[in-house]
Amino acid sequence: MIAPAKPELVTVNIDGKEISVPKGTNVIEAARLGGIDIPHYCYHPKLTVVGNCRMCLIEMGMPAVDPATKAPVMDPATGKQKINWIPRPQIGCATNASAGLHIRTQTPQVKDCREGVMEFLLINHPLDCPICDQAGECKLQEQSTGYGRGYSRFIEQKNVKPKRTLLGPRVMLDDERCILCSRCIRFSQEIAKDDVLGFIDRGSYSTLTCYPGKKLENNYSLNTVDICPVGALTSTDFRFKMRVWFLKQTNSIDTESSVGANTVVWSREGVIYRITPRRNDDVNDTWMADSGRELYKAVAAEDRLTAVKLNGAASTLELALAAAADLFKSNAGGIAVVGSGRSSVEEQFLTKKLATALKAPAYLVSRVGQGDKILVSADRNPNVRGALVTGLIVSLPSSQLSALAAAIDAGTVKTVVSVGEDLAAAGLTAGQLAKVSVIYLGTHANATSAAARVVLPTLTVFEKNGTFVNQQFRVQKFLKAVPAPAGATDDLVVLAKLAAAASGTAVASEIGALWSAIAAAVPALGTMTFANLPETGLLLDATPWAALPFAEGETLHYKPSSAKATEGRPA
Amino acid sequence: MNLKPATLSQIDEVITHYPTKRSATLPLLHLIQEEVGFISNEAIEWVAAKLGLQPINVYEVVTFYPMFRQKPIGRRHIKVCRTLSCALLGGYKTCATFEQEFHTHAGEVSPDGEVTVEFVECLASCGTAPVVMIDDELHEKVDAAKAKQLSDQIKAEAQARK
Repeated sequence: MIAPAKPELVTVNIDGKEISVPKGTNVIEAARLGGIDIPHYCYHPKLTVVGNCRMCLIEMGMPAVDPATKAPVMDPATGKQKINWIPRPQIGCATNASAGLHIRTQTPQVKDCREGVMEFLLINHPLDCPICDQAGECKLQEQSTGYGRGYSRFIEQKNVKPKRTLLGPRVMLDDERCILCSRCIRFSQEIAKDDVLGFIDRGSYSTLTCYPGKKLENNYSLNTVDICPVGALTSTDFRFKMRVWFLKQTNSIDTESSVGANTVVWSREGVIYRITPRRNDDVNDTWMADSGRELYKAVAAEDRLTAVKLNGAASTLELALAAAADLFKSNAGGIAVVGSGRSSVEEQFLTKKLATALKAPAYLVSRVGQGDKILVSADRNPNVRGALVTGLIVSLPSSQLSALAAAIDAGTVKTVVSVGEDLAAAGLTAGQLAKVSVIYLGTHANATSAAARVVLPTLTVFEKNGTFVNQQFRVQKFLKAVPAPAGATDDLVVLAKLAAAASGTAVASEIGALWSAIAAAVPALGTMTFANLPETGLLLDATPWAALPFAEGETLHYKPSSAKATEGRPA
Repeated sequence: MNLKPATLSQIDEVITHYPTKRSATLPLLHLIQEEVGFISNEAIEWVAAKLGLQPINVYEVVTFYPMFRQKPIGRRHIKVCRTLSCALLGGYKTCATFEQEFHTHAGEVSPDGEVTVEFVECLASCGTAPVVMIDDELHEKVDAAKAKQLSDQIKAEAQARK
C-alpha cells in the first residue's frame, strides 16, 4: 500500500475559532470543516471557481507584521498579534487558506452584503415558488429565509424572459428563474466536455441558451438540473410530478455499468419518482449519467414477472421449488448454473453455493459496450468482480455461452438454472432451450422465461438490500427503496431455498446472517458485515485479479491496470 | 464562408498578434463584418472553427456588443447621435427626418434597401451637435433641413446607379 500524500495543514481563524485545514482550501470549504455555513450559489466543489454570484462575501484579515523588520505587531489591549482587517469584503470561494488567515462571517458588514446580494438576485426572479419544482430544495429559497431582508423594496417591472425553453430532450429551462451562476455552463465545458450552453445578450437581459441548432442532449445533461441552485433547469421527466419534501431518500447504486455510481432513490408510498447522484469523491464525485436515472422505470414495466409459473401455468412458490428440487434429483450430474454479473455479491455467493451443492459448472455472461470515459464503463455488468471475489467464477466471462451450448448439444446438461440471464440473448438457440429444463429466476419476461419449466419472479435492485463490487474492487451497498410487487420473491430467499433443496441443509437468506457465512467463507470479505459497510464503500485488495484482462478503459476515477503499468515505464 | 483572399490573409495575420488564439475573436468578427456587412451564424461557426472554439463562445461575444449586426443592413448606414448634446439640439428630429425621407423606422432597412437609419451613442463631436455619420463620413450640425439635403443626395446617387 502506498500511503496517501499528507496535505500541509495550516491554522486559520474563522469567527474566533482556530481550525486546521489543508493549505489552499478555499474559505467556503474551510468554514464547512469548522461547521460554519457560508452561503453560495455559483461555487461548486467539483467545478472551477468563477466568483460571479457574490453571495459568499466575508471579512478577511491577516496578522500584522512590521513592514521593515517583519516582526509581529502586538495589540497592547489583548496581548495578541494585531490583525489587519481588509476594509472591503472578499469572496470566500476564491480566497485560499494560508497560515494565520482570519475570517469573520457574522459581522454587520457581512450581513449587509448578503442582504444586498439577495436583494439583487430577487429583483428579476419570479416569486413562483408555489408552482416551482425546485421549491423545497432551492438554495435561493433557503438563503432568502436565512440571509435575506424579509421584505421587498422593488416597485419596478420585472424583466420578461423565455419561460419554457427545451434545452434538450431531458432538460427544460425557465430563463426568468435563472440567477446566472453559470454552474451548468461550467459543467458542460469541464465535465461533460460538450460546450453548448452560454449566456447571450449579456447585461440586463442576460439569457442562458444553447447555440442555435444545438441541443443539450449529452448523456450527462441532467446533472445540470441537479446543480442548478434555483428552478431554472428542471428535468422533463420529474417536472410537476411530486413535491420533493414528500419523497423518501434511499441510498442505492447505479447498475448500468461497473463504475457503480452512488445514487439516491427518491420514492413515495412505494413508487419511485427519480434517481439522483450521491457524492462519493472516489467514484462519481457528484455526477451520474442520464441513462442510469431512467432505470427505475423497469420496476413497473409492462413485462415485469409477477407470477410463479410451472410448465407455463400459474403456480405457487412451494410447488415450483418442489418441482425444481425434483429436477435437481432426476437430472443430478446433468445440471448447469448460469449466474449473473447483475446479481449482488450475496446472490452470487448463494449461486456459488447452489452450483457447488449440485456439482454443476457455473457460467456468467459478460456485457461489453463502449465506455464513455466518464461514468459509464465498457463493462455493463455492475458486479462481475463480485463473482470473482465470491469465487463463482475464476476467469472473466464471455458474452456467449458456447461451452454450455456444446454441453446441451452433447446431451450432458439436462437442466439449467439461470439467475436472471436471458440464455437466448447469450447465444443459446430455441432448439437448445427446448432440449433442457430451465429454472429461471428473473425480474422481466424474455425468451428464456417463456421457454422455462420453472419461473421464479425476483426483485429489482430497488426492492432489495445487497452489495456490488465495482471496477475499483470497491464494495458498495444498496438499500431497499420500495416494497416488492406481489408475486415476486427476494432473490436471496429463492436461491437459499434452491441451495437447501440441492444440499439438504438449511441456508441463511436474511442478509445479516448471510454476511456471517460470507465473511467466514470468503477471505477477502472476512472483516465485513453488511451493517458496518461505510456509505462510500470499502476498497478490497485487487492484486489476486490484477492479471485479468478487464474490459474497462479509463473513467472518471479509474485507470485500468494495464494503463497504470505502462505509465511507469519509459516509452 | 466565401471571404476575399485579402481578408483571409488579414485574418491569418491578426491571429498571430495574440498569445492565445481565442483573443483574436473580436478582430476576426470586425474583419468579417467589414467585408460581409453582418455576422451570420455561418460566420460565427467559421470563426469558432478557425480559433478552436465552440460556436456558443463566439455567439456570446456577438450578442454582447451592439456594434455587431446579426442581420444585413441597407447600402448606407446612417448613424444619428442621441447622446446629451445632440439630443438637446434636435438629434431626434434629425432621425425622424431621415425616417420620413426613406419611409423606414430606426433600426430597419428601408423598403428600397438603400439605407438603415439607427440611433447611436456619442460620436465625439458634441461641439457641432447634432451629428450624423453616414458610413465612415461625419456630418456636423445636421438639423432637419440638412438631413433632407443629405437624403436627397443619397437618393440622387441611388438614381444615378440605376
